[in-house]
Amino acid sequence: MTNQILIAGFGGQGVLFAGKYLAYKGLMENKQISWLPSYGPEMRGGTANCSVIISDDSIGSPIVSSPDILIAMNLPSYDKYEGAVVPGGKVFVDSTLIGRKAVREDISTFYIPATQMAADAGIPTLANMIILGKMMKETQAVSFEDLQSAMKKVVSAKRAELLDINIKALETGYNFAD
Amino acid sequence: MAEKVLMKGNEAIAEAAIQAGCRHYFGYPITPQTELAAYMAKRMPKIGGVFLQAESEIAAINMVYGVAGTGKRVMTSSSSPGISLKQEGISYIAGADLPALIINVQRGGPGLGGIQPSQSDYFQATKGGGHGDYHLIVLAPASVQEMADLTVKGFDLSEKYRVPAMLLADGTMGQMMEPVELSEVTPEPHDKSWAVTGTMGKRKHNIINSLYLNPEKLEQKNYERYERYAQIEKNECMWEEFLMEDAQFCVVAFGIAARVSKNAVIAARKEGIKVGMIRPITLWPFPEKVLAKAAETCKAFLSVELSMGQMIEDVKLSIDCKRPVRLCNRTGGMIPSPDQVLDSIRQMAKEVE
Repeated sequence: MTNQILIAGFGGQGVLFAGKYLAYKGLMENKQISWLPSYGPEMRGGTANCSVIISDDSIGSPIVSSPDILIAMNLPSYDKYEGAVVPGGKVFVDSTLIGRKAVREDISTFYIPATQMAADAGIPTLANMIILGKMMKETQAVSFEDLQSAMKKVVSAKRAELLDINIKALETGYNFAD
Repeated sequence: MAEKVLMKGNEAIAEAAIQAGCRHYFGYPITPQTELAAYMAKRMPKIGGVFLQAESEIAAINMVYGVAGTGKRVMTSSSSPGISLKQEGISYIAGADLPALIINVQRGGPGLGGIQPSQSDYFQATKGGGHGDYHLIVLAPASVQEMADLTVKGFDLSEKYRVPAMLLADGTMGQMMEPVELSEVTPEPHDKSWAVTGTMGKRKHNIINSLYLNPEKLEQKNYERYERYAQIEKNECMWEEFLMEDAQFCVVAFGIAARVSKNAVIAARKEGIKVGMIRPITLWPFPEKVLAKAAETCKAFLSVELSMGQMIEDVKLSIDCKRPVRLCNRTGGMIPSPDQVLDSIRQMAKEVE
C-alpha cells in the first residue's frame, strides 16, 4: 500500500513539523518514507506545504501532485489542492480558518475546527497535530499505537515538555467526533 | 549496522563527509544547499574540524585548493550561481592534480535564475566548466542514501586518481528527507607523498602548481592526466538498470528525473509498453557502453531532464545516433510529472517502429 499525503497551510502553522512526525511514525513502522518540503519565497510568510509518501514499496518520485490524503490548514491551500486529490481520497480541513465546504463530491471531506480546539485546550500552536490525529484515525497511513517513539525523534530533548502536549493534541484530534 | 534516521539530503552529505574523515569545509551560503553549510558550522568545531564561511565563493574554493595541497580531505558546497564563481579555482585544482570534493545542489538558471531544482549545470559539470583540458569525476545521487554514499565515494575516487570530484545534486535531493544509514568509514589509503606538509629538512620539497610556461611540459602534463582519465573511464563508471532485460524502449535519466521516470516506466509497463530505464550514477565518466549495448535491442531512447536538453547529447553520442533519441523535459526550476514522462513514453512507442 502507498499513501501520498500533502499537508498545506501558512508558514508557521507547523505543516512541515506535522509531516516530519508522520514520516518518522511511518519509518518506525518499517515503511518506506519520503518527505519533501516546499522551500523558497512561499515559506517566508506565504503558504507552505510538504509531500509525505508512506509506502510498502520503494518510492519513485517524492513529489505528491495527486494526493490521496490532503490536510488543508488555510483557504489558499484548500482552493489550490482540492482539485488535485484523487477520486476516493480523503481531505482534512481546518474549519476554523476555512469557511467553505467541499466542491468535490467524489472524495471524503472531514471538517475539524482544529485552530479553535487548540485554543480551547490551551495549546494554541498545535492545530497541526490535532488535525493530524484525526487524519490518523480516518486513514490507514500509520497506526495510532506508540505515539511517543516517533515524537521523541522530532521534539528536541531540551524541550521535553513539548512531548506530552503534542501527544495530547494528536489524541484530541483522534477523539474528535464530527 | 547504524540506525536509520530521517535526514535532509544536504545534511546527509555533510554527515557522510565527516564520517569519511573530512575536517575542512569552506563555503558561502546559498539556497537550496544552506543546510549543508549550517550542519558543518554546528558539527566541525565539536570534532576539531574547520568550518569557515568565506567572504565569497571565490575565496572558498581557493581555501579548498590550499588544503587540498596538504593532502587533507576537504570540501565545499554551493548551488549553481555559486558554482559558476568557483570555476576558476576548480580549474586550478584540476591543473594541480589535487583531490577535492565539490557539491553542487543545482537550481534553475542561467544567471541568478531561481531557487527551485534544476539539472541545467550538466554541461558545466561534465564538459569542463572552467578553462583548459580537464574533467571532474561527476556523481549524480538519486536518493538521500546515495547523497551520503556518493559523498564517501567522491572523496575516495578523487584521492585515488588525484582528480577533483563533483557531486551533482539538485534542490529536491538537497531538501527532501528519506531514511538514511550512516556509518563511519575508514578512508582507503592512497599515496599522499605529493602533499606539501613540511619537509622537516628530510626530503626534497614538493611543489603544488598549475603554471607550466613551457608548452612541451604542459602538453606532457595534460597527456598524463588524460591517461588517468582513461583509467577512470575504464574502471569507475556506475549506473543502474531498471527493467532493461526485455526493454524495447529506453528511458535515460539521473537524479530526481530518474525518480520521476521510475513511476512512469512502471505505469507504461502496466499498459504493455516494454520500456526500461538506464540511470547514470556517474555522469562523467558517462556509461556509454551500457547505452551502446541497449541500442542493439531498443528501438528508441528518451532522455528525461530538468534542463533544455543537455545529457541528451551524451545519449546520442553513446549510441552513435543509431536510434531516435527524444527529450522529455521541464526547465527553470520545474519538474516533469510522471504523467508527462508517461505521455512521452507512449508517444515514442506509438511513433517509432
